[in-house]
Amino acid sequence: MVRYILRRLLQVIPVFLGTTLLVYYMVFALPGDPIAALFGERQPPQSVIDTLRAQYNLDQPFWVQYGIFLKNIFTFNLGVDFTQQPIADSLARAFPVTAMLAIEALIIQAVFGIAFGVFAGLRRGKLFDSTVLIVSLVVIAVPTFVLGFVFQLVFGVQLGWAKPTVGANADWGNLLLPAFVLGLVSFAYVLRLTRATVSENMNADYVRTATAKGLSRPRVIMAHILRNSLIPVVTYLGANLGGLMGGAIVTEGIFNIPGVGNKLFQAIQRSEGPTIVAIVSVLVLVFVITNLLVDLLYAWLDPRIRYDQ
Amino acid sequence: MTSADIRIDEATAPVKPILEIRDLAITFKTGSGEVKAVKNAHLTIMPGETVAIVGESGSGKSTTALAAIGLLPNNGRVSGGQILLDGEDISHAPEKRMIELRGSHIGMVPQDPMSNLNPVWKIGYQVRETLKANGRPDGPKDVARVLAEAGLPDAERRAKQYPHEFSGGMRQRALIAIGLSCQPKLLIADEPTSALDVTVQRRILDHLDTMTTELGTSVLLITHDLGLAAERADKVVVMYQGNVVEAGPSLELLRNPQHPYTRRLVESAPSLASRRIQVAKEQGVASGDLLAPVAADESRVQDDVLQIKNLRKVYKLRQGLGKSSDFAAVDDVSFNVKRGTTTAIVGESGSGKSTVAKMVLQLEKPTEGQIIFDDVDTAGLKGKELFKFRRRVQPIFQDPYGSLDPMYNIFRTIEEPLRVHKIGSAASREKKVRELLDQVALPQSMMQRYPNELSGGQRQRIAIARALALDPEVIICDEAVSALDVLVQAQVLNLLADLQDNLGLTYLFITHDLAVVRQIADHVCVMEKGKLVETGSTDDVFDNPREAYTQALLDAIPGGSLLLPPAVA
Repeated sequence: MVRYILRRLLQVIPVFLGTTLLVYYMVFALPGDPIAALFGERQPPQSVIDTLRAQYNLDQPFWVQYGIFLKNIFTFNLGVDFTQQPIADSLARAFPVTAMLAIEALIIQAVFGIAFGVFAGLRRGKLFDSTVLIVSLVVIAVPTFVLGFVFQLVFGVQLGWAKPTVGANADWGNLLLPAFVLGLVSFAYVLRLTRATVSENMNADYVRTATAKGLSRPRVIMAHILRNSLIPVVTYLGANLGGLMGGAIVTEGIFNIPGVGNKLFQAIQRSEGPTIVAIVSVLVLVFVITNLLVDLLYAWLDPRIRYDQ
Repeated sequence: MTSADIRIDEATAPVKPILEIRDLAITFKTGSGEVKAVKNAHLTIMPGETVAIVGESGSGKSTTALAAIGLLPNNGRVSGGQILLDGEDISHAPEKRMIELRGSHIGMVPQDPMSNLNPVWKIGYQVRETLKANGRPDGPKDVARVLAEAGLPDAERRAKQYPHEFSGGMRQRALIAIGLSCQPKLLIADEPTSALDVTVQRRILDHLDTMTTELGTSVLLITHDLGLAAERADKVVVMYQGNVVEAGPSLELLRNPQHPYTRRLVESAPSLASRRIQVAKEQGVASGDLLAPVAADESRVQDDVLQIKNLRKVYKLRQGLGKSSDFAAVDDVSFNVKRGTTTAIVGESGSGKSTVAKMVLQLEKPTEGQIIFDDVDTAGLKGKELFKFRRRVQPIFQDPYGSLDPMYNIFRTIEEPLRVHKIGSAASREKKVRELLDQVALPQSMMQRYPNELSGGQRQRIAIARALALDPEVIICDEAVSALDVLVQAQVLNLLADLQDNLGLTYLFITHDLAVVRQIADHVCVMEKGKLVETGSTDDVFDNPREAYTQALLDAIPGGSLLLPPAVA
């Protein structure tokens, strides 16, 4: 098992190099001059432009730029962005906010998705099941920016249950409303996936045998239906956490949350190569590690899967 | 109730039945209205008695048993009659009462050991939760004891393993352990061994017998095998289309069946048929006259159409990090197949018999050795020659549900090999398909239907028609009748025998069922763990088995120990 984990962690190296190279190249290939864009309508003196270009190594060819970037990464020096703020600082501010938002959204979709999914699956074809199915379909069909604004208006402005925007002081309470919006779409998928696997496993032979042993209904459901049904759901949730950590540009935009999505969006608008690549590098690590955790969880849930071969 | 209690009951009061089913009717709600799966079932099981329900699939035997433990599927319900457990009507008992009864009063051993254990829990856990739910001591020692009693060696260590680390036989032992762990008064055993090899089947049934006798458990045995039922049960109940058509003490019912359906069952049960041949031979009747119409004409040329020489197949087993070990699935196997005869390869799962079939069909390459077909070594066949060879050697596979393409209608299924081999025009191909359907005794109107509209027996006839389409010389039947009910099995075997007579076909018959072998084969090759352990004419092998393994296989045929007159009815 340890060997498997080590091998998976070693795989991070080529993945990391590949993705950063690709992203770096795409930023490099973006049309327009980032320095010129920085000054807007004004025309700065050539000496200023040259200084800035030299500072951000924009006067170097692509491979040199990428080499300098790699060197900086391994010396833990992410450099400064175009507003002369250290990139490491702004990442250190943005990531915890996004992490809080992502975890909250994940908990919401897991708890509600699995709970509703199990109830619907156990009572397939009944009123609760049909209602939940239709509602989940509506949730999937409505785009996030519509849901986000509606929630903001209803719960934030009219009912006043939560602050309509988050702003600088993001905490668990403030992030609850955006986390709901963010988690809602995946909630619908988790619900449908759980419902499908539960109603399939309900008819499994081993469930009938478990009942024949004299187990109570709750025990049959918890030990024999739920655990077996969770295997695909956990995979989906894990893959989803990576996506949520990438920052939700739309949701963070609507609720004005200073998270990764916001930062990334600004950096792309400004063609800020170093910031974009720094964010992406961290995201790659997050993705690889969450995927590894999901695979380990998977082996724990399903003993037939063995990695140490 | 312990056996001591039963004895007291016997002494003081008239013995009351453990289970009494009266006029039971069970209805299923389906998309096309209500279906009565069980119309009129009645049976009585006394304490310590074993009663078997026999019938083909769809006869309602399993449904009746499931109703007795309150496990009907959601769309099914008891629509009439009573199920009395120890005098208490449980046909409409509330779920709470059923949970109390299950495990402690009624135990169950299900059919398929592969799917009835939850793959994500350790065996020990699955035993423990049974003990716990029924208020028995559930420590690791108790779990190990329960497993050991069911004949699982090294139970303490085994309890820590998962189902996928167990063989089929071991899983079934674990399921028996679970079913009997709380000493129920009644055990429902639904085809408890039909998924297992004959020798394993015998050992497990013997053990089950011993355990239930010791505990004084009554057993309701569900089976499609009349021979097995007669051997294991005190009484047999025959069900047909939802009705109990006949019931009585096992031997009496077998010797003197009254209902026409029972008579047909007795006649076609392969295990009993073999026995009958045996008895007849002792009385001087040639076995060929009795059942097997396969004895080849004297005039027919008896050359060897297939010669298998020192055949070997080695698989590499991966053991991590580029290491591997060799596993010989087939090890130095040689035999000849005479034209126009039937040769059976018999063995348990893992004996390598199917691998031999695959190699003869050129679906697997032999590691060593030769397969000589019609004096030509098949190893050298390539391209066009291989294509021609395939035309002359055709397969029929075990699973008639899996081997027909569900998206092809019957016409297209049978016509496909003709089209692939570019034989005839569209019109002549259609004529050929019609002829083939006649040959396998299916109506020509079936051409436009799809496999899912047909029964298992009909599908297997389609598979036979498809195999015959190219006028092959050799047909390889890989467990071709194992998935079929006894009556259907008998029909298909008769069909194969007729076709052999009419067309001079040669069969290579791969099977684990010795009873079927006796009915159809001229020669038998017995395989064990990749090696050919015994070969000879069917009569020789059955009458004078030389190897202990062959003897064990023969002894394991259910119903083998029963004494029957040569021709019943």
